[in-house]
Parts: sequence; structure tokens; C-alpha cells
Amino acid sequence: MRAFEYASPKQKQQAVGLLGQQWGDAEVLAGGSDLLALMKDDIVHPKRLVNVKELPELRGITFNASRGLRIGSLMTLSEISEDAQVKEHHPMLAHAAGEAASPQIRNVATIGGNMCQRPRCWWFRNGFGLLATAPDGKSLVLQGDNRYHAILGNDGPAYFVSPSSLAPALIAYNARIRLFGPKGPREIPLEKFFVIPKSENEREHDLRPNEIVTDVIVPAPPSGVKASHYEVRQKAAFDWPYATASVVLDMNGDTVRSARVVMSHVAPIPWVSNEAAQALAGKTISEQTADAAGAAAVANAKSLGRNKYKIKLAHVAVKRAVLQAAKGGQA
Amino acid sequence: MAENTYQWPDASKRKLIGKRMNRVDGPVKASGRAKYTYDLVRPNMLYGDSVKCPYAHARVKSIDTSAAEKMPGVKAVHVIHGPDDGAKGEVFWAGTDIVAVAAVDEPTARDAVRAIKVEYEQLPHLVLNDKEPNLAEAEKSELYKVASKETVGDPNSAFQQSEVTHEGYYGSPVITHCCLETHGSVAEWPDKDHLFLHISTQNVPGIGEQVAKAIDMPASNVHVHQDHVGGGFGSKLGLDPWGVAAAQLSKKAGGVPVKMMLNRATELETAGCRPSAYARVKVGAKKDGTLLAWESYAWGSGGPGAPGSLAIPYVWKVPNQQKQYVGVVNHIGPSRAWRAPNHPQMCVITMGALDDLAAKLGMDTFDFVKKNIDLLDPRSKIYSEELDVANDLMQWKARWHPRGDSDTLGIPMEAISLQIGDNQYPPDSASGGSSTIGGVSSATFRAATDAKRQLIAKVAPALNAQPADLEVADGRVRVASDASRSLSWKEACSKLGAQTLTVRGTNPGEGDLTNSGVGGVQMADVSVDTETGIVKINKMVAVQDCGLVISPKQAESQVLGAMIMGVSYALYEEKVMDQTTGTMLNTNMDNYRLAGIGDVGELVVRLMTGPGYDERGVIGIGEPPTVSPGAAISNAVANAIGVRVPFLPLTPDRVLEALEKAQGEGGRA
Repeated sequence: MRAFEYASPKQKQQAVGLLGQQWGDAEVLAGGSDLLALMKDDIVHPKRLVNVKELPELRGITFNASRGLRIGSLMTLSEISEDAQVKEHHPMLAHAAGEAASPQIRNVATIGGNMCQRPRCWWFRNGFGLLATAPDGKSLVLQGDNRYHAILGNDGPAYFVSPSSLAPALIAYNARIRLFGPKGPREIPLEKFFVIPKSENEREHDLRPNEIVTDVIVPAPPSGVKASHYEVRQKAAFDWPYATASVVLDMNGDTVRSARVVMSHVAPIPWVSNEAAQALAGKTISEQTADAAGAAAVANAKSLGRNKYKIKLAHVAVKRAVLQAAKGGQA
Repeated sequence: MAENTYQWPDASKRKLIGKRMNRVDGPVKASGRAKYTYDLVRPNMLYGDSVKCPYAHARVKSIDTSAAEKMPGVKAVHVIHGPDDGAKGEVFWAGTDIVAVAAVDEPTARDAVRAIKVEYEQLPHLVLNDKEPNLAEAEKSELYKVASKETVGDPNSAFQQSEVTHEGYYGSPVITHCCLETHGSVAEWPDKDHLFLHISTQNVPGIGEQVAKAIDMPASNVHVHQDHVGGGFGSKLGLDPWGVAAAQLSKKAGGVPVKMMLNRATELETAGCRPSAYARVKVGAKKDGTLLAWESYAWGSGGPGAPGSLAIPYVWKVPNQQKQYVGVVNHIGPSRAWRAPNHPQMCVITMGALDDLAAKLGMDTFDFVKKNIDLLDPRSKIYSEELDVANDLMQWKARWHPRGDSDTLGIPMEAISLQIGDNQYPPDSASGGSSTIGGVSSATFRAATDAKRQLIAKVAPALNAQPADLEVADGRVRVASDASRSLSWKEACSKLGAQTLTVRGTNPGEGDLTNSGVGGVQMADVSVDTETGIVKINKMVAVQDCGLVISPKQAESQVLGAMIMGVSYALYEEKVMDQTTGTMLNTNMDNYRLAGIGDVGELVVRLMTGPGYDERGVIGIGEPPTVSPGAAISNAVANAIGVRVPFLPLTPDRVLEALEKAQGEGGRA
């Protein structure tokens, strides 16, 4: 790990003032579960770390019927998974937070950090860059072992997958994210926070180098909503999923009035599938309609060579999330 | 009893042998108090790091360490692999240590590494290994080592006589040892002639001499110390370049301790791997299941030294065989002994092919093995008994179903399979090759027997008896014919006076205390999610022979550990290489997966003991139970889904591909 300057401001205005104008100048330290590993592996080497854990306004979980749920960006995955209000109003989120990583990591990893975590692409993590480009300009991903890479949104030059399994659950609930920078706060739909970088200097988030994440706002779902989150992963615990699907069904009796279907680990961003949502609208849920939604979700998916099986896994993830939601699931 | 014989006590006279004793170091390890080499912080200790070659195949042209040497905090720089080392500076795998540095802290050491300029000439490399080599091309290329063709009996006419034949592909990839404590050492020179080495090793008795030879000093001047080793599995028997470098750096830095431990990525990339083994196999039998013929074309790789030929068919003395093997040279970190070297790979190939043959014959594999049990000579009887025990523990006969005919409709598919394994190793001085229990317990027993004799000789006069009339029992030394004439152990020892007894046991030595060659049977019960290709272990049964069991709890723990390691290599482990960059991709334990506690299912261990086993003496158990899990799990999956997944690990991509292929061919899926 390279030497760096450490700052621990008490005010958020001060915090953003300490951040840099360019990526690489500074990084925000919250739980540190991803950042410190990246620094030890010399993948990122900020000149300054700005600790935000002393900003009390970044804490807290509150719920009210009009605004919904407000989660401070410093809240840990453990705190979210165990919170009574989250469990009551957004059980799918509590479930997704409780399934992530290991207990040790959930105890330190924050929701803000989870939104901002970097891809697990093995070329990126071995120092070959975010876009994993060979010196001749060709993609290492396309000519190499891309078994874990993207099947959607993979027209390039980014082929990694978004690593968050909380993001699809939040986006399915129509969450918004609040950011704070030198010009004050801004709030955007969480869906828009994730972007596919076009060059090595860009990041995967609509976050400026001098902004911090302050809160995540999750609207109260209408009554009668059914939701479920399904992860296809090989190991029982502490494993990166191959594909994740979060489904929110707004029901009118036995019929789906409207649906939100969001996948993760399949594209460089959490992937909102309008195709799957349309396939569900107006339908009653059965094995066939759930399977049709899964098929619609991957209708535009394409293999990069070694990851064809992920198309099937994403299909199954959506199908099972829909069936689980209809059965009562996590909502 | 003659004066100088050694013999394990009869079952009726055993006090501790065979009792369920707790592991002495269990509490310190479980509570985290055990200090491993990795944990050491010595006074004034420096931290070592190294420049590693980023290319899989290259030549070191020049090295400039001047900037690093001038950096504050850098105390020593040592070139490990210069332009004149090896074959003119040639480097054969990425991650090879080129220059080592020692500095006051880790960041400074890293900075120094970055300040060293090494110029390389890149050479062509090959890091992939799973493609079947063309024999004619292989014979003309230096990248292949073609072993001579082997023939047993008359395979051609045996295949003609075979009423049922089966052909298939089987194999397992290169995997690593993935020791939880990485390789490394802390070296220091208390004076200019003496080296004090803390090192993570399986070979405390032998490593000192290896270091001494490498740096040209008397072996007696090397003091080696290790309290605990955090896993070795065969990869920590020999000396490593970084181990020598730590000693050299310490010497250059005036003798202060230098700690040089690998990070996880380097551990996975360079500190040992298990060679791959793939084979195209044809087997033939009569309709009644009589196994007649074996034919195989096999290949494998594991670094710059191509792996040696495979002894397949494994364990089975198939009467007619024809075999060809090609070792592939590639540019990855070299292979090392991996817990029963080659045996798990050979077992996967052999038992996969025979299981498929049994399925084609419409036979339960259990019956197929029993039918051909004589081909398992000389351990036919052991295997047969173990099969019956395993049958009871797994309820095999009650639960077995024909392949693909799962009793659970839809998903998950569940199935059971059985597997046999075998192992044979000579005793050794290091803790490797399953020789520890045989090596240690026999020598200890001889030493204890000698010490007892010497003690009795000293105390006999005090009891007014001849040594031959005395016995030791219940903590007392007494006259065998008159228990009232006795001394407590403490009183007896006090007769030794100021001079204590020092007795050293030897091994090998007199008396038939140890043996080698064991048999084991394992069965697996798995569920396969046919939509996702995910395999879950429900239950595994291991029935294992290891001769006289000294400490059942520890012996069972060894078997449990082996089964867990087996689940890992069967379902998860694979060293993934990138041909473009020549480097390893999954250099982190989030993508180099190992089984967690939720992944291993119910594990049942039964050790074969009593008459027929005890009198064989003590036999090692570290390796044998690692042999079978891969084959057992692979066969269970084949039974569940009705089709063979040819290569380990059984990951979703491979399972789904096999299912799809079977569907395409109109088979059941």
C-alpha cells in the first residue's frame, strides 16, 4: 500500500472540500471493505483518504408513510438486514442485505460503499485496468476467460459486471440516491446512478470526484405489492452470485398490474428489464408466465464466448424471483 | 517377551491407543492463540518484498537496483534471478522472484520494489492446458514429453471379446494448494555464522540442511523453529527462492530479522499446484460385468516440467490394457506434491470410466465393483468389507436408482455414488506423504519401550527383584507376581538420581510396527439443480483403513479434512490462466473458491479397526481419504442427471453444458 494522507472531517461541507477534482486524488473511506483491498493490491492509490464515519448525518434509518424509507449511507448491511422498519416495509431489501458477503463484511460494509464498490473483474483486480485492454488496444476480456463477464449491455468497451446485490433490490423498489458536493445536495433515481464507462478514466457511477453519497431513499411500496430477490450462486454463503434478480409485483388481485424486474451481476450496471416487466403486466403468475418473463429478460443477451451459461442462469433467476414473489416471497 | 523386541500392546492391554483424545494444540488453534510464522514480529524486524516477473516466459536482460538502494528505510537488496542466472536469465512462469528487498516497513519495501528497473525480453508462452494434444505433433515438439506406450495382456482381442464397451472423456484441471498460511519465513543471524530461521514448513527436520546448502554454510549452524504450520499439503517440503532470499537479505542487513511471507496472489500463482490430468478412455466388459479391457490416451500439465505418466487404471488390475500418456510443458508456476500426488486425478479418470461402463451395463456400480473385486488385489478383502460398511452407513442398496432415474421429480436431482481409493507411500522424515503417524508413532513407541526398560533396570534393586520380573501398570512399577511390592511412577523416577534418561527412537527400526498401503471406500449423495447446474453435497460417507488407529479422533479429523478438500476440488477449484497476459486470473479467494461449512453436507467417517486391521501396524492417513471425493461426487452427479460431466470442477457452466449436449443427442436430461 502506498503512503496517503488521512483526513477525518466532522462536517460534510468540509468532507467534500477535502475531496479532489480528479479521480485518483482522493477516495472516500466508509467501511473500507472494498477500498482497502483495492489499495493493498495497488489498483487504486489515492493521495488522500477522507474518512466520512464521523459525519453523524450519514447515519440512521427512518420511515414515514409519505417519504418512505431513508437510509443513511453509513448504515451497514447488518444494520439494514436487521432493522425492524426495513423488514416491515421493504423485506426484500433486508433479505438482500442479509445474503451479501459474510457476517464480518456485513458488519463493516455500508450501503453507500455497496453502491460505490468497484467491479470484481479479474483483469481489473489484477491491475489490467477497468476496461482490461491489452497494449495493442484489444480487449483482454473478449480474447480471454470471460466466464463471469457481462451478457447484457456488453457492446463494449466495458464487459465487467456490476457487483452489487443490494442495488437491484433498491432499484426494483424505485429507490433514489442523495449525493452531496461543493454545490450542495442532489438527488437522482438510483437507476441513473450507475453508468457504463466509455473510457479508462471514467467510473461506473454518476458521482463526481468531490461528491459523497449521503442517503438512499426508498419509497413506501403500495399495499399489496409482492417482492422477491433471488441469487444464483454456487456456494451456500460468502460467494459472488452468477446472476441476481429482484422483482416487485404490484398486484391487482391475482393479476400483475405492473412489475419491476432488475438483474445484477449480468451487465456493467444493474440491469432494469422492461421486457420482463412487460411480459408480466396483466398476467397471473404461473410457471409459464414466470418462465416467459425470464426469457424476455435475456432476449437481448449475448455470450462473449465463455459465459453463455449465464444467460440461462439470469433467465432462471428472474423466473424464480417471480415465482417466489407470487408465493409471498419476501414481501 | 524377549528383551529387545517391540510390539504394539494387545487390544486388551491398550490404555491410550484407540481412545478418543483431544488434539493437544486444538484449543490454541481454535481460539487464535497459536502463533504461526506469518504472525511473528521479531525485534527490529525488516519486511521483505520482491520484484516479480510479470511475464510467463521471458529473459532478464538487465537489472538496475541503484534507485532502490538509495531509498531511506531500504536496508538490503538481493538479486535472486539475474541475467546470468538459470538458462541465461530465462524465466518460465509469471510471478518468478527477480529481486528481493528488505525495508523498515511494508510500504517502503513496496516502494523499493517499484523503484527497481528490470528489462525483459519477452518469449512465447503457453499457459492453457486442457486441449488434447495431437500425438504426431507432440512427438515432434519440445513442449510435449511423450511417454512410451504401455501394453498389458492382449487389449485388442479383449476389446473384441467385450460385449459392452464405453468411451468417454474425464479429467481435472490444474489446482493450487491454497495453504491458509502462505509460504514464507523470518530469517535472522544472531552472529555472522549462525542462521535462525522461523519458517512455514512441513519439513522442520530437513529444511535447515537445504538452506545451508543453498547459501554454503554448515547445516549445524542453522537453527530452524516452527510452532505451527498453517497448511502445506505437500507444497511446503522443499526450500523456496524467497526462503533463501530472506536469509540473504538478513545477512546483508547485518543479521536483523527479515520477514518474507507471500501474499495471497503470489501464493496462488507460484507456490505450488496440482497438475491437470485428462484422458480419453475406452473400457470393455462382458454382459455379466466382468471387466476385460482398458485403453487410454491421457495428458496433463503443471508447469515447465511436464508431469509424469499416470498410473491408470487406478488400483484396478484390468487384465488387458493399452495406454499412452503425453506430458504438456507450460509456463505456469510449477507443480508440487499435492496431498496424494496424482492419485485423486487418476481416481477421477478411472472410476468415472468404470462408473459409466457399469451404467451402460445396467448395473449398480456397487455390484460391478463386487463382481470384479479380485482385480483389486491385494486389498480385495479390505475393499469388500468396507463396501459393506459404507452400504450400511449410506443405505446404498435401499436408495440406489439407475442413472438419471432420480427419485425426486424435477429439481433437485439427487443421487448417490461410490468410490474407492488407495494409497501407498514409504515413510519419510518430513510431514508429508502420509508418513507422519507411521514415522512418529513407531519411533516414539520404540523410544518409550527402551526408556521403560532402562527405568525398570534402575529400580529393580529397590524392589528386590530382577528387571524381567517387573511391569509398569496403573502408574506404578511393580513386581508382576506380587503387586504389593511396587513404587509409584514418581518414586521410581526418583531412583534415576541426577541423571535423566534420554532415549531416542529410530525409524525405520526393529519390529513390524508400521505398514503401508490402505484401502478406502467413499460414497456421495448429491443434489443437482438442473436449471442452474449447481451441485450440493447432501452426505458423504468415508470408510477408511489405516491399520492400527492410535488416536481415532485425530484420524477421523484427517479424513474429514480430506473430504472437505475433496468437495472443494470437485466443485470449485481451478487455476484459471489468461493466455494473452500469461498470468493467473483468479488470484484471490473470492474467485479461487474453497468449500465453506455450508457446502460440505453431512460427513460420516468410519475407520476400519479390530482384527485384520490392527495387526497391520500404524499406517498414515493424511492422503488416502483425499483420493476419492472427486470421483465419488462426479459419479453421483452423473447418476443424478443421467449424463457425465466430463471435467472437474463441477461448476454450473460444465453441468449445464453436459445437460444441453445430452438433450441435443436426444438423451434424458
